Amino acid sequence: MTVVQQPNSFRTGPDERGHFGIYGGRFVAETLMPLILELEKAYAEAKADPAFKKEMDGHLKNYVGRPSPLCLAERLTKHFGGAKIYFKREDLNHTGAHKVNNVLGQIMLARRMGKPRVIAETGAGMHGVATATMCAKFGLECIVFMGALDVARQQPNVLRMQALGAQVRPVESGAKTLKDAMNEALRDWVTNVSNTFYCIGTVAGPHPYPMMVRDFQCIIGEETRAQMQEAEGRLPDSLIACIGGGSNAMGLFHPFLDDRGVDIYGVEAAGHGLKKKHAASVAGGRPGVLHGNRTYLLMKDDGQIEEAHSISAGLDYPGIGPEHAWLADLGRVKFLSATDKEALAAFQLCSRLEGIIPALEPCHALARLGDIAPSKPADHLLVVNLSGRGDKDLDSVAKHLGDKGLGGKL
Amino acid sequence: MTTRIDQRFADLKREGRAALVTYTMAGDPDTRTSLEILKALPKAGADVIELGMPFTDPMADGPAIQAGGLRALNAGQTMIKTLGMVRAFRKGDSATPIVLMGYYNPIYIYGVMKFLADAKAAGVDGLIVVDLPPEEDEELCIPALKAGLNFIRLATPTTDDRRLPAVLANTSGFVYYVSITGITGSAAPDADKVHAAVTRIKRHTRLPVAVGFGVRTAKQARAIAQGAEGVAVGSALVNAVKDSLDRKGKATARTVKAVAVLVAELARGVRGAKHKSP
Repeated sequence: MTVVQQPNSFRTGPDERGHFGIYGGRFVAETLMPLILELEKAYAEAKADPAFKKEMDGHLKNYVGRPSPLCLAERLTKHFGGAKIYFKREDLNHTGAHKVNNVLGQIMLARRMGKPRVIAETGAGMHGVATATMCAKFGLECIVFMGALDVARQQPNVLRMQALGAQVRPVESGAKTLKDAMNEALRDWVTNVSNTFYCIGTVAGPHPYPMMVRDFQCIIGEETRAQMQEAEGRLPDSLIACIGGGSNAMGLFHPFLDDRGVDIYGVEAAGHGLKKKHAASVAGGRPGVLHGNRTYLLMKDDGQIEEAHSISAGLDYPGIGPEHAWLADLGRVKFLSATDKEALAAFQLCSRLEGIIPALEPCHALARLGDIAPSKPADHLLVVNLSGRGDKDLDSVAKHLGDKGLGGKL
Repeated sequence: MTTRIDQRFADLKREGRAALVTYTMAGDPDTRTSLEILKALPKAGADVIELGMPFTDPMADGPAIQAGGLRALNAGQTMIKTLGMVRAFRKGDSATPIVLMGYYNPIYIYGVMKFLADAKAAGVDGLIVVDLPPEEDEELCIPALKAGLNFIRLATPTTDDRRLPAVLANTSGFVYYVSITGITGSAAPDADKVHAAVTRIKRHTRLPVAVGFGVRTAKQARAIAQGAEGVAVGSALVNAVKDSLDRKGKATARTVKAVAVLVAELARGVRGAKHKSP
């Protein structure tokens, strides 16, 4: 990693051209460029409009069910015998994950811009479900692009999207996962520019998406600050979240970036291991340009993009949001990784000890607790972003556990 | 500075006809066959050659060019081999302009300055890089112009009069008008709309305007050529390669000929147009 001078604040980015240091930018085809500029303008206006915020706050409270609780994970805390572990319960939001925070904002923007047709890409299907949900609520047409492999491994979410009236389009190109779904969504957008809003699910893509999605997700960290103040009378000591594109992590981290005393850990998916197939773009990638932004990417020596692998469809992407790439270079966020196997073990542990079935994505964050929590004192306050619930993953977890089965010994 | 591209369009203007711009994917279905195709293009009637640099994630391309790129990559095509093809082509042809077309990441990873030097030395005349709008001109466009390469920009139906000057500012060689909002090889363009758009662009620039995306047949090429200085055909030629392959996806004796025959047909279309310089 390059050595970069530390800024006075970590929270002022991006610059007006969408750059976080060398990362970010607007690397898109000319057909899309006027739309992206229009979106940037519309978002700036909405952000400055108190009525927009008021309406959004109302939906977040009454429809999404926010604030999501910050709850003490008592038995896990006891299990590790160190830091006091709190869960930020994004799994309890309507639709079962943090994704809805961002989708609500973008769909309100789509309405404001007069776009009747919404497209989205999805990996695990949580962003697709959230988009289908909000489009149903507000009466917009919804088309979700999903890699054919993900369609197979996340069937419950495919059915949910269909029940909500969305059209799910399986993508057969490339590795048939999230990267390919995003390519196909971009192709649709180029074709249907005049009436279509592209609702991106993570803090990636061309400017202003990484900034806008981050802003909509920051409610996670803002609530956590207030809730921790109320529970413990102070800020947490450390934060940990899983990172694929990184929207749940950015939402939790961003409001704490300038609190230098707060340690921040991002956990990438190490798949079969960092020396084999994985999805850890900071650990195993380098800066390149894909899907509208410059960021860490998994690629071959000649710049061809590598197919990622993770057991978790939501992390199965060869890139990461550009702001995360910047924070990784600055060292403000420490990057760790967890393998498929470690995530599966964490899935069982959390389900059995806390009565919470987590999505495989946050299991990657849970998997690193064993390294961090035990060495900390009992008054060390550690927050895990429990970004989604695991119902969607039961089939694939059962398959991977094989003979031992879901009810087997830990 | 007059480049091969400037020269070619100037010559064709004197002839009173539009240019046939042909796209072929470097390394499809393998480097050797691809070089044979490249060499066959001028004789078949191509005036300007776009040589595709394959990329795993071609976001602006339709199924034909996506598949062509993957065939090339699976056969082991790399940027070094693509530049090698241009060098080999130049040994027998010093007049036909070659424009490399593709996406930014393989160039960025090759190293911008090294890429520009190597491309120029190989005999490349211009670049079309789909995911570099004028907002990112510092990345490659400005260095390319300094290195003596043309940087050809795409203008699209969404590029309005207010935006056109920014799009044209650092464009050289020619302007590539994308005739539809969409990906390559999809809907067929409407010739009347295209002529109106070309006329609109010509109000802002003296550069030649070539039109592409969705042109497949000699008849379409003729219609487009009546109101533009160039007609670009890509997916149809890449499909001609595909249709000539054996069941294992390997080149056959028909492969080069299939492309040459289609190019000759398109060339007759372009040459048969009653060209009114727009």
